[in-house]
Amino acid sequence: MCGLKYTVKEKKTKNILSRNHTLSNSQDIITSADILRTLIRRNSVRVVDVRKEDEYKKEHIKTAVSIPLATVLENDSSERIVQLLEQSGISDKTPVVVYDDTFGALAARVAWTFQYVGHSNTSLLELTFAKWKSYGFETEKKINVFPPAKHSLKENKEIYATYDEVERAKSEQNKILVDSRERLNFLSEHIPGATNLPYTMLGTADSILREPQEIKRFMENRGISIDDEVITYCGSVGTLSGLAYYALRMGGVKKIRLYSKSFKEWKKLGKPIEEFKDANFWDLSAE
Amino acid sequence: MKREVLNYPDKKHLSPKSNPRWGKEEETEIFGQNVKLFRKGKISEDDFRRFRLQHGAYGSRLQQNYSMVRIKIPSGEITPEQLEKIAALSEAFSIGSAHVSTRQNIQLHWVQLEDVSEVMRGLVDVGLTTREACGNTIRNVMCSHFAGVCPDEQFDSTPYAKAIARFFLRNPVCQNLPRKFKINFNCCAQHGLVRIADIGLIPVKKDGINGFKIYLGGGLGAASFIGHQLEEFTSEDRLVSTCMAVVRLFDRLGNRENMARNRMRYLVNEMGWEKFQRMVFKERSSVEMTISLDTLIRYKVDSENPSIRQLSNGKKLPLINEKVDINSDPYKRWLHSNVVSQKQNGYFVVFITLGAGDITSNQLRSLAKTIRDYSGEGCARNTPNQNFAVRFVKSNDLPEFYNGLAKVGLANPGALTMTSTVGCSGTTSCNLAITNSHRLAKEIQSKFIELGLDTEDDLRDSSIKISGCPNSCGQHEIATIGFYGGASRIDGTMTPTYTMLFGGRDGEEGMLGRSVMRVPAKRVIATLIKIIEIYKQERSSNESLAMWIGKLINGVVNGKGQIKNLDDIKTALVQTISLPSPNDDPESYMDYGNDIKFSAKTARGECAA
Repeated sequence: MCGLKYTVKEKKTKNILSRNHTLSNSQDIITSADILRTLIRRNSVRVVDVRKEDEYKKEHIKTAVSIPLATVLENDSSERIVQLLEQSGISDKTPVVVYDDTFGALAARVAWTFQYVGHSNTSLLELTFAKWKSYGFETEKKINVFPPAKHSLKENKEIYATYDEVERAKSEQNKILVDSRERLNFLSEHIPGATNLPYTMLGTADSILREPQEIKRFMENRGISIDDEVITYCGSVGTLSGLAYYALRMGGVKKIRLYSKSFKEWKKLGKPIEEFKDANFWDLSAE
Repeated sequence: MKREVLNYPDKKHLSPKSNPRWGKEEETEIFGQNVKLFRKGKISEDDFRRFRLQHGAYGSRLQQNYSMVRIKIPSGEITPEQLEKIAALSEAFSIGSAHVSTRQNIQLHWVQLEDVSEVMRGLVDVGLTTREACGNTIRNVMCSHFAGVCPDEQFDSTPYAKAIARFFLRNPVCQNLPRKFKINFNCCAQHGLVRIADIGLIPVKKDGINGFKIYLGGGLGAASFIGHQLEEFTSEDRLVSTCMAVVRLFDRLGNRENMARNRMRYLVNEMGWEKFQRMVFKERSSVEMTISLDTLIRYKVDSENPSIRQLSNGKKLPLINEKVDINSDPYKRWLHSNVVSQKQNGYFVVFITLGAGDITSNQLRSLAKTIRDYSGEGCARNTPNQNFAVRFVKSNDLPEFYNGLAKVGLANPGALTMTSTVGCSGTTSCNLAITNSHRLAKEIQSKFIELGLDTEDDLRDSSIKISGCPNSCGQHEIATIGFYGGASRIDGTMTPTYTMLFGGRDGEEGMLGRSVMRVPAKRVIATLIKIIEIYKQERSSNESLAMWIGKLINGVVNGKGQIKNLDDIKTALVQTISLPSPNDDPESYMDYGNDIKFSAKTARGECAA
């Protein structure tokens, strides 16, 4: 990932350029800065900036198009998402690399959406925009427009969870519900039976996701096996849990879904929650 | 221009070793494996608890799946790299802030049991350990944060504190003591907690030889004792045998039946000091006769004591500038209550004021940078007042130092005054806590800073310390005004209350505070303000608050005033502590940080494994 070794680089490049591949290993989830720079030079990638449009306009990674997270969330139908892809010149085969400036969570949510509508060849840039810039890698101000492309719609329902699937998960064996909010939010209240894997555990200062072996170890510590079926959720729209979705994929979990409507919907529906009120842990915060 | 290391040409030699290797990688592996075995039911709960505590993970309040991870900081000395690592670990696995304890530990709260091994792994990278931070072991070895810079010290006790810490860490002789065991080093008679430790040591010289004045059998708790002096002078070559003798005696004779009375101070008290003292001498003789090669190898005082600490001797730790008041420039106020000059001419100790010991990960990073930029010794110390001390700072750097800290909320004044209130973790994370002592300490601090009490020199030598239960982690018994939490029925309603104590003090002249009265949690601040008001009316001329309170408990107040003893002040405070009826003001009957009716919930403590 951040090792940037020549062999890895070759492998990654091959993977991301290969046709119709499915997300199955860590090389497909994360794209290193090195590889992205190569792909940009070869003009064989569509880079997607999910930050606010204003920020995109100020400066972005070379050749990037702007598809802000908010736009993705507003267009809450698969057809509309496919239109967004087409407008950005993304066809079924175009390799897509997504980035943000928020430790990868926003990028993850958008990447997941693309994959949900059938664009499997999507990966996350290992760096945030700020890091990319701090290394002095290529940026520009130019607003990029590409000729519209044709993109099919093939909903990948296996990566999405509804509230009733979350509800059922509790009574089914080998199903694990992962809450990716911060510790104190989790302690205050969560969906009964959930296990906490805070998003803060997933990345480092240098990469939005840790090395696969570290994620694997975190999973093993928690008793999460790669054969378990995992559902991730977070506070409101599935950003933090989107990052957890990719982290767990990288750890090798084969079946994983995102409950994108997350705890916000769960509470609104009046579903049961587990609360803990016997400790004043919020008073430990120094802020 | 930013100052460079150029000011300290030989700085590299001065800095403490970047990795002191207290931690061991294999212990993190074993811990991780044991958590898995425990979850599978292959280790009993009791066995696992003992193991967990031995490795510094304490159960969290009413939630056994979470731990408080206690990081030992031997002698309180901590490097920027270590602070940065703790910041990252807290962000990833804890709550994004860390907590400085009253015994120079740094604690990470609410760590999932499954992640404790990950925290330990990170700590090993920077040479820290949690090993023997809890359980029936020798806990973190403390050392005065002025050691090496105190004008009144005869020599720097830091290398000795570290040597003793290293000698006992993982030492088979102290892996299963009857109960926990604490060792504290002072720098001089005044600075340190020498009388409230199992072994307390003050460095002294005799005929040019380094040695110690040793106090034994002190300690705070449900029943507290002040330590006894072993002998007039213990030369440094007998330091390790003396400590060994005491530990072995305790191991052999300590009470292993009654958990409530098994600290060494009870043994000393029940046996009588003279008898215990004789046994220590006898035991020491046998230790010295049978001392093994292993012992001699294990115990090594690092003679490479940073030379910067051996610079010339100046005068007493003075205040840095003349009088300030509430309207003074914030920088001057900070200077007045957070900065003192060292014995080394031209160098200053700067204190970082925390709220009840809490510091966020971002603040830890800023602190690390500040230490790198400005400390001539390249490290900091954490203090039993739950603050940090950055030493060997040059006067020219003080304004920049201040400005940098102010940006991240670390430049509050009052670190060296009574506004810097000590508070244990209380109901924020502790099983034993009855009240939210932690929040109360912070509330007092912000109120007192708002009132400008940090600027009042007559309050400067006083202290306020709060525990959330009678067990004294907040060291309330050595405070000028101390409080410990409890529950009382007032007007038919269960109410969080504090027992207030007067007149405790630390140092060689250490003494325990006297219980005065119970105060409802929500009346503590008003009561403190009232006490200060009464003091100002009653005191004779230049008397400080601590001096006045000292006289009050002895009933020797004379002069103009009406208040001459504890009974008088109790009477004077009756109005202040009274609550409106529960129907009129239900909030007065709740604890800080809660909007529900108070109820005292506790679970089994883990102070004793």
